[in-house]
Amino acid sequence: MVHHLFSGDFPRSRVLLVVLLAIVLGLVLTPFAFPGAKALNVAAKICIFIVLVSSFDLLLGYTGIVSFAHTMFFGIGAYGVAIALTHMGPTWSAVAAGIGAALVLSLALSLVIGLFSLRVKALFYAMITLAVAAAFQTLASQLSDLTGGEDGLTFRVPEMLSPGFMLSQHPFLGVSLDGRLISFYLLVTVTMVLFLIMLRIVNSPFGRVLQAIRENEFRAEALGYRTVIYRTWSNMLSAVFATLAGALLALWLRYNGPDTSLSFEIMIDILLMVVIGGMGTLYGSVVGATLFIITQNYLQDLMKVASNAANGIPLLRDLVSPDRWLLWLGILFVLSVYRFPAGIVGKLRAKALRPS
Amino acid sequence: MKAPLLELEGVHTHIGAYHILHGVDLKVGHGELTVLLGRNGAGKTTTLRTIMGLWHASSGGVRFEGEDIHARTTPEIARLGIAYVPENMGIFADLTVRENMLLAARSAKRIDDIDSKRLDWIFGLFPALRRFWQHPAGLLSGGQKQMMAVARAIIEPRQLLLIDEPSKGLAPAIIQNMIVAFRELKQKETSILLVEQNFNFARQLGDQVAVMDGGRIVHTGSMAELAGDEGLQQRLLGLSLAAHQ
Amino acid sequence: MNSSAATSPVLDALPEVKPDRLPLLLLPVLALVALPLTGSFSTWVTLTFAGLAMGMIIFIIASGLTLVFGLMDVLNFGHGVFITLGAFLATSVFGRMSGWAESDSLYRNLVAMLPAMLVAMAVTGVVGFAFERLIIRPVYGQPLKQIMITMGGMIVGVELIKVFWGAQAIPLPLPTAFRGSLLFGEAAVEKYRLVAVLVGLTVFAAMHWVLSRTKVGLLIRAGVQDREMVESLGYRIGRLFVGVFIAGSALAGLGGVMWGLYQQIVTPEMGSQVNVLLFIVIIIGGMGSVGGCFIGALLVGLVSNYTGFLAPKVALFSNILLMVIVLLWRPRGLYSVGNR
Repeated sequence: MVHHLFSGDFPRSRVLLVVLLAIVLGLVLTPFAFPGAKALNVAAKICIFIVLVSSFDLLLGYTGIVSFAHTMFFGIGAYGVAIALTHMGPTWSAVAAGIGAALVLSLALSLVIGLFSLRVKALFYAMITLAVAAAFQTLASQLSDLTGGEDGLTFRVPEMLSPGFMLSQHPFLGVSLDGRLISFYLLVTVTMVLFLIMLRIVNSPFGRVLQAIRENEFRAEALGYRTVIYRTWSNMLSAVFATLAGALLALWLRYNGPDTSLSFEIMIDILLMVVIGGMGTLYGSVVGATLFIITQNYLQDLMKVASNAANGIPLLRDLVSPDRWLLWLGILFVLSVYRFPAGIVGKLRAKALRPS
Repeated sequence: MKAPLLELEGVHTHIGAYHILHGVDLKVGHGELTVLLGRNGAGKTTTLRTIMGLWHASSGGVRFEGEDIHARTTPEIARLGIAYVPENMGIFADLTVRENMLLAARSAKRIDDIDSKRLDWIFGLFPALRRFWQHPAGLLSGGQKQMMAVARAIIEPRQLLLIDEPSKGLAPAIIQNMIVAFRELKQKETSILLVEQNFNFARQLGDQVAVMDGGRIVHTGSMAELAGDEGLQQRLLGLSLAAHQ
Repeated sequence: MNSSAATSPVLDALPEVKPDRLPLLLLPVLALVALPLTGSFSTWVTLTFAGLAMGMIIFIIASGLTLVFGLMDVLNFGHGVFITLGAFLATSVFGRMSGWAESDSLYRNLVAMLPAMLVAMAVTGVVGFAFERLIIRPVYGQPLKQIMITMGGMIVGVELIKVFWGAQAIPLPLPTAFRGSLLFGEAAVEKYRLVAVLVGLTVFAAMHWVLSRTKVGLLIRAGVQDREMVESLGYRIGRLFVGVFIAGSALAGLGGVMWGLYQQIVTPEMGSQVNVLLFIVIIIGGMGSVGGCFIGALLVGLVSNYTGFLAPKVALFSNILLMVIVLLWRPRGLYSVGNR
């Protein structure tokens, strides 16, 4: 049954398995093991990005397409829920309507963009998606009546998810059973389900054809596969999951604005996560997202220690300054692209294959 | 006996997953014109490109003046004294004829640096070039482009010319010009490896001939021998002479 | 372009060679269309000069990018880092020469500005050399990796800039002689914008001269069309590429100085902010064409300023719309180069 659940795609490395288990356990047990709002927020963000980055891996790692428009679908999902809840009130039907509308829009856009990608070379496509994403971000901040403009939308979520809601007056193991907790576990559950679905997709015959196309499109065509269709489907599926991740984001934050989901910084973060974690593995997204977000939020404390220690040498102090965590991740990213295309996951798997 | 100028020995070339050359053995002697004949897809162009370093031989030896060049880069190979006229002529369409020629003259910083006697000789062979000196090369007719491509290869003395199907689609008058040019070049001690499908053109020039099929050399010998033996021609080239006009 | 005595009418039937000036007409056409829309002549003059100045600066920055792509099919997504670096270097140079920049003497102002430009170009040139070797060279011929690694290079570069200069915006005030405007009747034209136009024209003229009158320029133009053939003629185009890349980076640095002065403020994000605009410009111009880049940059500058005045909300879209219109007319850009 486990085999079926994971679609036969196992970590294939004991170290990786341990790491993944640690991450999953950590996430599931966060409210109990790491109390406090910050830890919960970090864990929630990790979940959302696991879905988002995996969906990007589907496109980049498995199909070999670089698109900078991914945050657009993320934003569509977030805005869909945000707008629906703002204008239709905090009900579950609003959530459904928001997600539904967002998915329709995402599917339509990804279809158009996907078809377009087939007519131009990879470099042009990357440039164009960059422009499209920028245009979309501008659009979102201009349509203030609908989207709340630069300030974004703040809204209430369905009662069961809102912080004021209490499932029970008695705290369980020291954790109060409020709407926030319910939200969190909804997030975790949906994340796991979506991830497993994506795992299933990439391990299906469809997924294998995608990989064949990524390796050698010419040959895939020669073998009779209509690459047009597969690439378009890949674009659309990837967009769907990104949209769902956006919906989760909106539900968790109870807020959405142009910078929350559409900013270029997020796109860069996604890129870093998927490459450092390991392209084309899906597990890489889990590892990469966790590593990146934890670094972003907690490494700074570690670096502060290092920075203080290096206080005597100004340059060194600035290099390890906690604000410069992105510098080190950036270097890691460049090295990964250059030398470890399969990222951390790839390295671990390669190590596992070597006879000890 | 002097060592050959160019020698290929057991050369295999792969392009991606495709195995094109299956152990090619070829020799070009000093001051000789060797014709490489064969059907489409036999591997003739691949052979030239391999010699030129545009594609790398996966195994086997390519020796020029006794020196192994199979791992050298294309610019290095060109600088050894080998000039290449590809099938598509490699014309820089947006540059003028003058600029094309200047580029080909490696030692010249400006057009005045080119040996004027050599230039006159080239204009004598290909008068159209003088006429359209300042015109963008892209506007020239097919035949004129071909002439310019060859002219570029000989603007400075080279030891070996690799020429890929120069007569394709050319009018008979222009083909005559080419024949004259190649004969004069041979006299100047330039060796030529000429890929051709037009046997009639080739036989007027060639000293030696090599026939390729399926990535291998299936026959070598003198041109005189092949020209005189219609039966051999039929067997090797598959079609009668008339079809090669 | 001269036809000597014909020996055969057929052979001389080549048409007169007329350089393709049609795209150049787009500029006055656009300006004239904008005139009635802006209402007043003086506003139009101000906007037009603003557009030309901005366009010139964009040209300076984008010219390197388009040549590098034309020559080696390398699209540097991290080109913005040189802009940012140039701008921050200018703040340092100006910081040291603040007395001279603040003085009223034009001469002193120039002496303050020239070193800033030269230092920016020199340093970004060197960084460009390192960038090509460490970031770009390892991934020649692999477009996916190229996109990612150049982007990564920019991330690292910007972070390093923050290490040296801090993460805050730094003001970059204009030297006094360049502040203020000149009045032409009722139209006010900022002095600095005139300077930008002059610098831009100088850069364009210099590039044009190198490309059309020197052998190196000839090699570049040929290499953009058919790299393989240039190598077959015996030229090491790899070295040429490094040179072009360094020059392109230096120009981006210069552009950064000018851009910083134009906005009078310098931020670490300024490079990545113009990425999209740069791509639009080189696509409009035709990848690999300096002339096309020139016209494309001016068009984008003008369109940005006209729409910025007339309909600020659609500013970014107007540039994308411009790109679409140009591509509908000429799918490979205003001047298509090469055998793609």
